[in-house]
Amino acid sequence: MDGVRVDGVERIFRGRGRRGDDVVALRGMSLRAAPGEIVAVVGASGCGKSTLLELICGLQAPDAGTVAADPAVLMPQRDLLLPWASALDNAGLALRVRGVSAAKARVEAVPWFERFGLGGFEHARPAELSGGMRQRVAFVRTLLAGKPVLALDEPFAALDALTRQEMQGWLARALAQEPRTVVLVTHDVEEAVVLADRVVVMSPRPGRAVAELEVGLPRPRHRTDAAVVALRERALEALGMAA
Amino acid sequence: MNRAARVVAPLAILLALLGAWELYADFGPVDRLILPAPHEVAQRLWLDRSLLWDNLKVTAGEILLGILVAGAAGFVCAIALHLSLTLRRSTYPLLVASQTIPIPLIAPLLVVWLGFGIAPKLVVIALISFFPIVVTTLDALARVDAGQVKLMRTLDASRWRIMRHVELPAALPGLFSGAKVAVAVAVIGAVFAEWIGSSSGLGNLVQTSIPNLATARAYAAVVILSAFAITLFALLTLAERLVVPWAHEPPQGRNR
Repeated sequence: MDGVRVDGVERIFRGRGRRGDDVVALRGMSLRAAPGEIVAVVGASGCGKSTLLELICGLQAPDAGTVAADPAVLMPQRDLLLPWASALDNAGLALRVRGVSAAKARVEAVPWFERFGLGGFEHARPAELSGGMRQRVAFVRTLLAGKPVLALDEPFAALDALTRQEMQGWLARALAQEPRTVVLVTHDVEEAVVLADRVVVMSPRPGRAVAELEVGLPRPRHRTDAAVVALRERALEALGMAA
Repeated sequence: MNRAARVVAPLAILLALLGAWELYADFGPVDRLILPAPHEVAQRLWLDRSLLWDNLKVTAGEILLGILVAGAAGFVCAIALHLSLTLRRSTYPLLVASQTIPIPLIAPLLVVWLGFGIAPKLVVIALISFFPIVVTTLDALARVDAGQVKLMRTLDASRWRIMRHVELPAALPGLFSGAKVAVAVAVIGAVFAEWIGSSSGLGNLVQTSIPNLATARAYAAVVILSAFAITLFALLTLAERLVVPWAHEPPQGRNR
């Protein structure tokens, strides 16, 4: 297991700019995540964060540089639950696509519902769930993919502020129970500091890592902890947005 | 709109139309043999009820079977077109062209090939109903969220499994929309098909009633056909609610 290694990666979208010119999403981007490490990537909108995750998941290939990563699964910003399937079947989708029978996939997914506070909602359809619950179902689906690396693409950005805070605490606990190598992309610096072992700050497009902060604070962390606030200020400074 | 208005408004419109028709037929310049009055049609509906019922059974069978054939063929065809860009580019225009073929033009050919049984009727009905089903199903397939497909790929889903778990269910609402449009055109198709050559059915009844100066009976047959189409449409709407209840919910991003 080597976690994730991204070295000097360049990714260009030919002819995709506003005037048909090339868009350089990433240039000279490097990133490491040791096995079991939680690395948060922060940067302004459009700095190539999502592209980075798709490279790690093997959905795209770099134009230059190398990407070496353990098998990774993407958890996108939108939960993308299938509206016709129950919460349980949505969670089990990762197993179903590997040829596991519907009944067996349900049996495997059920215990996760209890653990993650979804008990009693196994048979609800996504439309009947709150935004936070939908995201939790999506997370169970991501875990059941059985891959060592989780690529989380702004998983809570679509939630309201209160639910988002609640879900950040929940994710911290979930990852303490189920350690994985995590690359968490976010534009919420606070979220990065609360959740991650290390925070990588990206420049605007073309994106590359411009700063790296070791968090190294004991868990559980709260957004109001003095150390969290201090680190948050440092990260914002690195982003060029000092308060 | 309250409950009473929902019932009263369509009834009022229907009564107004019938009233206008009655007045025009009774006092207008057109002969009753060309345009019968509604009360005559109503009379025929009652007097010829067993004749109409027997013929409805024939036509209803043709329409139901025809829509089923069109639904199955249209669904399969839409999936094939969705999967292959080459196929879509090369055959979609032909599909559109197929809708411009006047049925009487190919009627003799169908009779030569398939005789006077139910087969040529099914072909005509299916040919007409097929098109809306393909178009709406193909649109539903094209609207599948690209992010969803990407997610399935990171779950290592094969092309077939993406089809099975995401695209096929997503295509179902399209199939229903297409089938609802198809119901109306299938009825017209059935009437045309029976004109080609048949010994029974409501289309046949219309065709044989007119030269016998039984215009009211022809109109009565058409009333039955309309009622049948409305019933079928309502049943499809009901089935749609039961089978794809999620299709009419707001899309992603429900936060409660």
